[in-house]
Amino acid sequence: MIKIEKLHKSYPIGKDSLHVLKGLDLHIKEGEFVSIMGSSGSGKSTLLNIVGLLDGHDEGNYFLNGQKIENLDEKKAAILRNKFLGFIFQSFNLITYKTAVENVSLPLYYQGMGRKERQKIALQYLEKVGLKDRADHLPSELSGGEKQRVAVARALATKPKVILADEPTGALDSITSASVMELLKEINRDGMTVFVITHEEDIAEQTDRIVRLKDGVIISDELTAKKVNA
Amino acid sequence: MKFLFDKDTWQEIYSSIRKNKTRTGITIIGVMWGIFLLVVLLGAAKGVENNFNKLFGDFATNSVFIWGQSTSKPFKGFQEGRQVALKIDDIEKIKQEVKGVELIAPRSQDGGLVIRKFQSGNFNISGDFPVLDKIQNKDLIYGRFINDNDIKEKKKVCVIEEEVYKQLFEKDEYPIGELVNINGINYKVVGLFKESQTIRLGDNIHIPFTTFQQVYNRGDNISWMIITGNAESSIVQIEKDAKLIIKNLHKIHPEDKRALGGINLGDMFKKITGFLIGMQFLTWFVGIATLIAGVFAIGNILLITVKERTKEIGIRRALGAKPWEIKRQIMLESVFLTSIAGAFGIIFGGLILMLIDATLGKGPDAALTNPTVDIPIVLIAALTLVVLGTLIGLIPAQTAVSIRPIEALREE
Repeated sequence: MIKIEKLHKSYPIGKDSLHVLKGLDLHIKEGEFVSIMGSSGSGKSTLLNIVGLLDGHDEGNYFLNGQKIENLDEKKAAILRNKFLGFIFQSFNLITYKTAVENVSLPLYYQGMGRKERQKIALQYLEKVGLKDRADHLPSELSGGEKQRVAVARALATKPKVILADEPTGALDSITSASVMELLKEINRDGMTVFVITHEEDIAEQTDRIVRLKDGVIISDELTAKKVNA
Repeated sequence: MKFLFDKDTWQEIYSSIRKNKTRTGITIIGVMWGIFLLVVLLGAAKGVENNFNKLFGDFATNSVFIWGQSTSKPFKGFQEGRQVALKIDDIEKIKQEVKGVELIAPRSQDGGLVIRKFQSGNFNISGDFPVLDKIQNKDLIYGRFINDNDIKEKKKVCVIEEEVYKQLFEKDEYPIGELVNINGINYKVVGLFKESQTIRLGDNIHIPFTTFQQVYNRGDNISWMIITGNAESSIVQIEKDAKLIIKNLHKIHPEDKRALGGINLGDMFKKITGFLIGMQFLTWFVGIATLIAGVFAIGNILLITVKERTKEIGIRRALGAKPWEIKRQIMLESVFLTSIAGAFGIIFGGLILMLIDATLGKGPDAALTNPTVDIPIVLIAALTLVVLGTLIGLIPAQTAVSIRPIEALREE
């Protein structure tokens, strides 16, 4: 599903450049539940941005769903993001003046789907995350956990190939964190590839495979005990 | 273009406008103010212009009045201070020799005691040719003006002003065919006219020129003359030429400036027209400058908005919005806002013009007449505003899509 070969990325800082990713190799198969672990500055956010087509890479190859990603202009990137990827962010990133159901249906709008159908699908996904009764609430009327579940529903709405979650529990307390993680696991059980970025050990523990990143290189890549036992 | 008719597009715009009430309000007020000022300025300028036009109204604007005064220079044996009396023959000479003359009317005037039954009053009496009616259109209530037959037969007929009628006749009395006594002679009333609202020559009663000359024993002397030029000629030149001929005929020094008096309406009119053109230019200049300021205001507000909405735009792009879709949305918002604001500006401007018309535009001493704006001009102004608003909306739209979504999302 996601295949990365010798990926390099540097950012210019003034006259110098900061080499953030130093030749990563990573292969994530369809249906995997992977977490990328690393402290801040390890390059994990950069990796997510490249995988999420929010940023380009300098060297190496990146294949998404078998398609080689290179020379993407914004328009193509937008189409691919919409088609293959669902994002979940630490700060939820819901649009504040839209209700839960409107937020969920937004990616479908950019797909060009009709209004009624959008509404129907958005409600289905809200139901899946257990928020059907909150459909007409604005994000400001929802709790943190509820917001993140709306974000999950939004990420799922377009039936993407991969869910990219950037510190999905970073802004949540431990109880709601657990419920969101439970939701991600459930999605994964349905066959979705889930790619979580975190710096919290206990979150990473709940995934099937942990890739540890330090200073732009992968220092370990192993299946968790849970997966090994299963 | 399909997106324009898509309910979702407008839903998006509606929610974004509703969300950002302050900026929506400020934008609308800015643009509205621009259009409003333009409409009011243009309308007021038009009103002033109409007022000037009304002032000349029924009077031929390319005309000159000439009369005799006393000479200021000795010439050909005559001493200075001689009174110049214009002659009826001067008229024929001018008609023959001055190019571009359209109409020419000699006039004789005097005051007289007018009596009818038990009422009487002092009025101006003028001896006139039918041609006067062509120079100053008489607004006749009843009857007719003096005609050629009256002149030929030196008839004792008169055409009276409404004011004279009011003083000499009973209310609702029909004046035509009645007799009035002017300086001891009876004249039959053949016409009744309304007082001119514009250029008043002080005419109360017109009688045939030939009758006047005989009754008042004027011989071939006339009081003054009105000359009008045709469309192609310069009335200033006509005045010069006519005066030169008169000076020649009356043995007046060619350089004598006092001997002949004259009022050149064409010249006055031209000065006023020049003033009006200047005023229009100023109006347009101020109006367009205001519009441009308005457009920059919109652009500025949109730019701020885009900064404010960086994150939202980032989210939308992460969810698969193409750059063009974002640009389109921002531009459409700007077009929508400017259009609405423009419409309000036109409506309020129109209301103010109506108010100005109601307060300043009524009665004989009105400062303005019919302050109006041509609808095409307003629409073009509004359209310009919308187009410029869109173009300037492109700048923030471009900024919005050039921010990489990842940077936009990082902003907290």
